[in-house]
Amino acid sequence: MKPAAFAYAKARSLDHAIELLGTREGARVLAGGQSLIAALNMRLDAPPLLVDINGVSGLDRIERPDGQVEIGALVRHAQALGSQVVARDAPLIARALPHIAHPAIRNRGTVGGSIAYADPAAELPACLLALAGEVDITGPAGRRTVKADDFFLGLFETALGPGEILTAIRVPAATPQMRCGFAELARRHGDYALVGLAACARADGAGLRDSRFVFFGVGATPVRARKAEAVLDARGFDGLDEAVAALADDLHPEDDIHASGKAKRHLAGVLLRRVVREMQDPWA
Amino acid sequence: MNITEDVPPALTALDRPNSYIGRSVPRPNLARLTQGRGQFVSDVVLPRMAHVAFVRSPHAHARIKAIRTEAAKNAPGIVAVVTGRELAEIITPWVGVLTHLKGIKSAPQYPLAVERACWQGEAVCAVVARTRALAEDAAELVEVDYEELPAVTDPETALDPGTPVIHPELGDNLTFERKLDVGEVDKAFAEADAVVETTFRFGRHTGVCLEPRAIVADWNPGEQRLTVYQATQAPHMMQNLFAKHLSLAEHQVRVVTKDVGGSFGIKVHTYADEMATVALSKLLRRPIKFVADRLESFVTDIHARDHRVHAKIAVKGDGTITAFAIDDLTGIGPYSVYPRTSGIEANQVVNLVGAPYACPNYRAQARVVFQNKNVMCQYRAVGHPIAVAVTEALVELAAAKIGMDPLEIRRRNLIPDDAYPATSAAGLKFELLSHHASLAHLDAMMDYSGLRAEQKRLRERGIYRGIGFASFVEVTNPSAAFYGVGGAKISSQDGATLRLDAQGAVICHTGVTEQGQGTEAVMAQVVATAVGVPIERVKVVTGDTDNTPYGGGTWASRAAGIGGEAAWQAGKALRANILAVAGSILQAAPKALDIRNGVVVDADSGRERIGLDEVARIAYFRPDTLPPGFQAELMATRHYVPRTWPFAFTNGIQASYVEVDPETGFVKLLRHWCVEDCGTVINPQLVDEQVRGGIVQGLGGALFEHCVYDSRGQLLNGNMADYLVPMAAEMPDIEVAHVVSPTADSELGAKGAGEAGTAGAPGAVINAVNDALRPLGATPITETPITPECVLRALGKV
Amino acid sequence: MSTAVEVTLMVNGERVSAAVEPRKTLVDFLREDLALTGSHVGCEHGVCGACTVRLDGAIVRGCLTLAVQCDGAVVETIEGVSDSGEIADLQQAFERRNALQCGYCTPGMLLTAAELLKSGEVPSREAIRAYLSGNYCRCTGYHAIVDAVEAVARARAGQVGVGEAQ
Repeated sequence: MKPAAFAYAKARSLDHAIELLGTREGARVLAGGQSLIAALNMRLDAPPLLVDINGVSGLDRIERPDGQVEIGALVRHAQALGSQVVARDAPLIARALPHIAHPAIRNRGTVGGSIAYADPAAELPACLLALAGEVDITGPAGRRTVKADDFFLGLFETALGPGEILTAIRVPAATPQMRCGFAELARRHGDYALVGLAACARADGAGLRDSRFVFFGVGATPVRARKAEAVLDARGFDGLDEAVAALADDLHPEDDIHASGKAKRHLAGVLLRRVVREMQDPWA
Repeated sequence: MNITEDVPPALTALDRPNSYIGRSVPRPNLARLTQGRGQFVSDVVLPRMAHVAFVRSPHAHARIKAIRTEAAKNAPGIVAVVTGRELAEIITPWVGVLTHLKGIKSAPQYPLAVERACWQGEAVCAVVARTRALAEDAAELVEVDYEELPAVTDPETALDPGTPVIHPELGDNLTFERKLDVGEVDKAFAEADAVVETTFRFGRHTGVCLEPRAIVADWNPGEQRLTVYQATQAPHMMQNLFAKHLSLAEHQVRVVTKDVGGSFGIKVHTYADEMATVALSKLLRRPIKFVADRLESFVTDIHARDHRVHAKIAVKGDGTITAFAIDDLTGIGPYSVYPRTSGIEANQVVNLVGAPYACPNYRAQARVVFQNKNVMCQYRAVGHPIAVAVTEALVELAAAKIGMDPLEIRRRNLIPDDAYPATSAAGLKFELLSHHASLAHLDAMMDYSGLRAEQKRLRERGIYRGIGFASFVEVTNPSAAFYGVGGAKISSQDGATLRLDAQGAVICHTGVTEQGQGTEAVMAQVVATAVGVPIERVKVVTGDTDNTPYGGGTWASRAAGIGGEAAWQAGKALRANILAVAGSILQAAPKALDIRNGVVVDADSGRERIGLDEVARIAYFRPDTLPPGFQAELMATRHYVPRTWPFAFTNGIQASYVEVDPETGFVKLLRHWCVEDCGTVINPQLVDEQVRGGIVQGLGGALFEHCVYDSRGQLLNGNMADYLVPMAAEMPDIEVAHVVSPTADSELGAKGAGEAGTAGAPGAVINAVNDALRPLGATPITETPITPECVLRALGKV
Repeated sequence: MSTAVEVTLMVNGERVSAAVEPRKTLVDFLREDLALTGSHVGCEHGVCGACTVRLDGAIVRGCLTLAVQCDGAVVETIEGVSDSGEIADLQQAFERRNALQCGYCTPGMLLTAAELLKSGEVPSREAIRAYLSGNYCRCTGYHAIVDAVEAVARARAGQVGVGEAQ
């Protein structure tokens, strides 16, 4: 179980990385490598060139621009987990991070890599979507920003084009009105979830507004439960049963080896109840 | 916590001054392993060594029409590309049958498939290169033309007339069948006050040893000798098989087993790719290394436990169990595994259902069928987890049906502790068991009544916890009745050779092997005690067919009971020999002397007379000072095999405490207890850890582990991300205690303890989950692994 | 371009320069090129933890890190931390408690436990289990490992000596 041969180039800068990516069709960015190298070892993927961006400076910062939290693509999960800024201003992400794999993986795996890889059962893509965050992308044509809503396109498919690199994610900083909720059901600690839910909304009196409930592990991408959201926005916590019922329209999970689609939908309903209750009374 | 429970035992006939028997002596070989200085086969590097990778069939069943190797042969670093047909000229095929399993049949198996591949993952071509990576590169260039054939995957239909026969020359897909009808089963069911009848399904799982199978074969044409470094549990068995199939004499084959990264019954079989590796070494006249990677481990390491059991139990209103009946069906892949066969697990299920209970009426049928999936064979606790889960789930379902406490129904039916020797309905002969003492001990240890009260309290708050039990019997210390009488050259006897070295230390060579159980510690304890030396002065050597006495190795919980007794007898013999020398030096009667703490003393007074270092010095360097005609013999060998009892049965009971989330179907293991009786406990800590590790292996099967195949015979989760092994976060703390009923078959009185944990855990968990779900009106769960989906189904939620 | 790349790194305090194929993982480099066979290969897809080593002070999967990525890095393996005596108490606790059987997972388990204990706090058994949740042990059932780690945590915190815990 050894990877097929590939070439390796270490980028000195973002521009250099983009230049290197342009030298070979199918070249891949190597960040934390925690998913990529496993796939290479199993020969599920055989890129001709890996462009290592770990040496590119400036991508490993957690910053707090006005009203936002910006996490550089090379920020390791462990670094984010230990960050006071993340804990205070991006509590949803802080809640999700301990569920990601295990210490040795979190020491190496990056926030940007997790978003760019876009595993549909992963935590961070769902968090980014729930927070209505955005991603910064740099490529041969320059820099652009893509909203999370437009980023996750399909199974392991994102808005990242050929030769492009995700450089940072940005999410709105928490406010006193913001309510977050997170829950996942994984067979074992650190496993990808059978079903997970990352949620964010604005408290409005006794109700919720602008709610974004994003399920993961239930489709090809993180999936917003738009009908359930609408019900909750309209009816508040009284609409919980109706919102759970609405998941039948929102989610269409397929069977996998760990659970049937039917069971996943049931579990999604359980998570919705739990997360909404938690958002209703975050200090309970 | 207790770092070690180093409590000297009460005096027994075994007891000698400074006895190490019954003490938690730390294993002497551990520092090597904690410092990363072990020597595993995967670490072995030899001059001119090349690496082999195998091209494996992607199909469950396919005819091999052509293999084109030209491109691979021209790849960088290539040593050779060898097909099955070419390799068949070097090594003969094998058939996994035993004569005492009447009617068992199988087809010849080759190291590389010759005409047909019969399971997904079967090796069809070997690619040898300078490195493993280069071998894998070239393997991708081998082109195999397959004609896909219909795959037989469902055991339920394997015997139907319309199902293709995998090996037409065998006539049908039936590997082995056994029927048993004892007592008056029909009458018992007719007269029962309650009958529970259900179907159990046990998922396929596999061993997932952390070190995958590994072998380095080194044929030296100059010496005409094959040296095989192999992670195996049975070096002498493998020596015999390599010699036999390469047409060599056994003395031309040396099997060396250093550290083994887990075995659990996985590394005690003949694997086609390992046989191919030794044949390749002979063909290519250089060392060849094969280390299975994790993906090929999942499709080639033996699988186990894929059984469907229809089962029923009859009880009277007072709780008396009056009959058991089972119909077991299992699919074992396309070949019966050599040389132990794949009939043993079903045979054990038949033997062990109902075994703890004094129930005279028992009917059983077991059918073992071929299918196009990876082979199944004996894995830790062979058959026990199935038999125990079937029996114990039936017992608790029956108890629930008649409204009786699950411990009470056991008290009323377990074979009484004073009824031994006893024979089970299936004909198992029990020398001495302690079901009732074990149950009483467990009851107190877990504070059963307190837990029941807690359970009740929590249910009122919507928290659903369950308590489940499993009484069990474990087969250990097998005599020749297990394999030898069936014609397999698998030694049931074992030997130990002890030598006093020139400084008065004792070197012990033993035929049993170490795979982490603590064999070296146990041997050192026994030898130190028997000879009378400090344990630091015993060095144990295992795992080398050139240097250790002939023996079976370590499997079926036999190392301590059989190897330990051989070492005990050898220790007594060496002590006598040393005392003869000392007596000669001291002009004293040997009988008046003893050896204590490495010094020859007067037996009566304990007065020190002469150190063993001095005895050795005189015997080896100044034998001229000894009386004429006296020859010192400072080496002694003894062998042992159980003769009175074909097996040393052990017993015990486990309890599981779980919490089930009825909304999600998730089961949380809260605690687990085990009381077991393995006779004399040589090293309590090592026995406890065998039990704990075994329990977690059973818990893995109960809740997580499952080789999931589709209907075309494709393994869907053959990797460690999707095949769920038990990890630390989900496992409970486990409390272990012992009742001691030594076997009189040996002086040590030790029985085996390696499989008790695995035997009982799944049954206890099934019962605990059903206990938790009972107030919710759930359908009883009778399948493993118990997944969240399975629980939700039982609750009618999906 | 898939030819070998020159790297220089510190391994267990020794400067090592080597030409490595880009596809070679760190654990294969350590085992095959440097004969540091204490780091083990268990799954090669990042699940089992047998290949755990320290890279620039933090544990990583040796199978999910390429050797070429370690140019200029500091790598420590079980051999290094054994020789330095850094985790001697943890190793002794594992030995006394028989927190290993076959020993194949042990180097990775020890390095992971060492990282957990770095803070000097005494973690709960649950926290110990969670931290070790990415290190597979087939032999022990984990209980003894948790015992040993807990004992060392307590001893380091001055709560009770490992040796006194008998």
